[in-house]
Amino acid sequence: MYSTTAVIEQRQDAPPGDLAIWFFILAELLVFAVLFVVYAVARRNNIELFDLHQQQLDRSSGLANTLVLITSSYFVMRAVAAIRDGRAHLCSRWLWGAFALGFLFLLIKGAEYQHHFAAGITLRSNDFYLFYLSLTFFHFMHVVMGMVILAAVAFKAQHGGYSATDYTGVETGASYWHMVDLVWLILFPLVYVMH
Amino acid sequence: MKYQSQLVAKPYFIAAIGLFIGQIIFGLIMGLQYVVGDFLFPEIPFNVARMVHTNLLIVWLLFGFMGASYYMVPEESETELHSPKLALALFWIFLVAGALTIVGYLAVPYATLAEMTGNDLLPTMGREFLEQPTITKIGIVVVALGFLYNVGMTVLKGRKTSISLVLMTGLVGLAVLFLFSFYNPTNLVLDKMFWWYVVHLWVEGVWELILGAILAFVLIKTTGVDREVIEKWLYVIIAMTLITGIIGTGHHYYWIGTPEYWQLLGSVFSALEPIPFFMMTVFAFNMVNKRRRDHPNRAAVLWALGTAVMAFLGAGVWGFLHTLSPVNYYTHGSQITAAHGHMAFYGAYVMIVLTMISYTMPLMRGRAAANSNRSQVVEMWSFWLMTVSMVFITLFLTGAGILQVYLQRYSDAPQAFMVVQEKIELFYWMREYAGLVFLTGLLLYVVSFFIGGKEPAQQNA
Repeated sequence: MYSTTAVIEQRQDAPPGDLAIWFFILAELLVFAVLFVVYAVARRNNIELFDLHQQQLDRSSGLANTLVLITSSYFVMRAVAAIRDGRAHLCSRWLWGAFALGFLFLLIKGAEYQHHFAAGITLRSNDFYLFYLSLTFFHFMHVVMGMVILAAVAFKAQHGGYSATDYTGVETGASYWHMVDLVWLILFPLVYVMH
Repeated sequence: MKYQSQLVAKPYFIAAIGLFIGQIIFGLIMGLQYVVGDFLFPEIPFNVARMVHTNLLIVWLLFGFMGASYYMVPEESETELHSPKLALALFWIFLVAGALTIVGYLAVPYATLAEMTGNDLLPTMGREFLEQPTITKIGIVVVALGFLYNVGMTVLKGRKTSISLVLMTGLVGLAVLFLFSFYNPTNLVLDKMFWWYVVHLWVEGVWELILGAILAFVLIKTTGVDREVIEKWLYVIIAMTLITGIIGTGHHYYWIGTPEYWQLLGSVFSALEPIPFFMMTVFAFNMVNKRRRDHPNRAAVLWALGTAVMAFLGAGVWGFLHTLSPVNYYTHGSQITAAHGHMAFYGAYVMIVLTMISYTMPLMRGRAAANSNRSQVVEMWSFWLMTVSMVFITLFLTGAGILQVYLQRYSDAPQAFMVVQEKIELFYWMREYAGLVFLTGLLLYVVSFFIGGKEPAQQNA
């Protein structure tokens, strides 16, 4: 049976991680939300152009990257579970795993960019590419930032910086990484698929 | 004050306030020239008054930032400054070079000054805010290098804190971005584009890091809240500043000949630039509410809270007013810009330097924590006089700006610039009166430091 105290304790635990990161996450989500809304408005004004160029995107790369990020989020979740059991080395291994997947994401996305640039596509090509390139590149930079955070947390975990009772830092890093993943889960269908 | 070498901040702050007074006097001169066109002509033409007004602002803020750094870095690093002598030498070099430059502006026509200082060898003059003769610019770089070396060595040999890390990042950024002032391409579009690398990336980029670091430092000292909590906020705020502010440069690239995608990127990212300022306000009030002690220097706490609020209003809200490209199409380069410029510079950078001076001056003059109550009351009067008059200056200029945009650019029968200027004269007069109140406030600020009396006792909350 749930006792009142258990519920209260759980409530005190929410949101996980440092409160400051949640302000940051909300601010970041707001930035992306504004960009998505502007995208939607611009698309409505020129649906044919958007549909035409959307079909030239490499959807399988996009899907692969979606799977990569979801898997990386799972790794991060396992890292949090590991540190809650006090298994710091296991925690850091999961985190490095997620870091490696982040890197894989960058490679796949980089190959896509390579393809576009080789075809002479720039921000100025048309409105669709303006949005596609700036949205995905902005997200790309967030993956990089998330990887920096994951690496810092993994490094600290490796050196005994966290324990079964003190793991706020791991949750903080994990929350940020989930945000990066979440944004992609909206971005991918919005820009690559929906028409 | 824990380290003797922190005292080198004192001449920097005194010079800063002296130049601040000069800045306001020239502001008043040029405010009057808006309505009495030939006032002081030909001795001080409008363009010269404007140049002196804006250049003095930048120079005294730099004095303030350097003074603040010389005070903060030893305390944060828990060690004496690497070389107090170098700091003092650079102080005199900077002051003399700055004074000579201003004398040059006032004594000879600008073109003659350019000729005298060998501008043709490496032309960098003639651009707004970067009017300084090339040799002055080189002097600024030399002073900045010596300064960075001095505080950098101090940070390296002592304790490394997040505050000093953020401060150093801001200061290095400030110096590096200034180098773009030496790049002066003949293509006007490129010229303007890189010009903003100095102007925008200073005030909406690296200066904000310096502002954040100073605010965090003063809040740690006056509230007694854990360093960990304050540093965490600092990181979140500066990350948001850089995410929005760097691409936010695009709001200057709407109409200068740069590609049109800047209208989208500039609008979206700069629309979000108020967020870090809003976070700063929440942060400052939160920390003061959570305070572990009531610091006897109540004036300094007032300045710190004032900075957070006014920076949000001036930089955040007034910036947002005209940052979206469809709005900016009508408002760019109007009195709306001037309104924003006044409140943003006052709220963010003037007030943070005054906060730091308020907090440190009593300590550097041998008091345990604060000036006497009588002195603080006068100082708080100066706070309210300056802040309220700046709010009015901003409102009057905003009124002038809205009318100007409507009459000159938006209405069915747009009118000529000078015709419109005459119609909005009333607003300029009111701005000038508000400016006189501002000067009174500033003079009271100076006076407050000369009022003696017994120091208030420290209380624990």
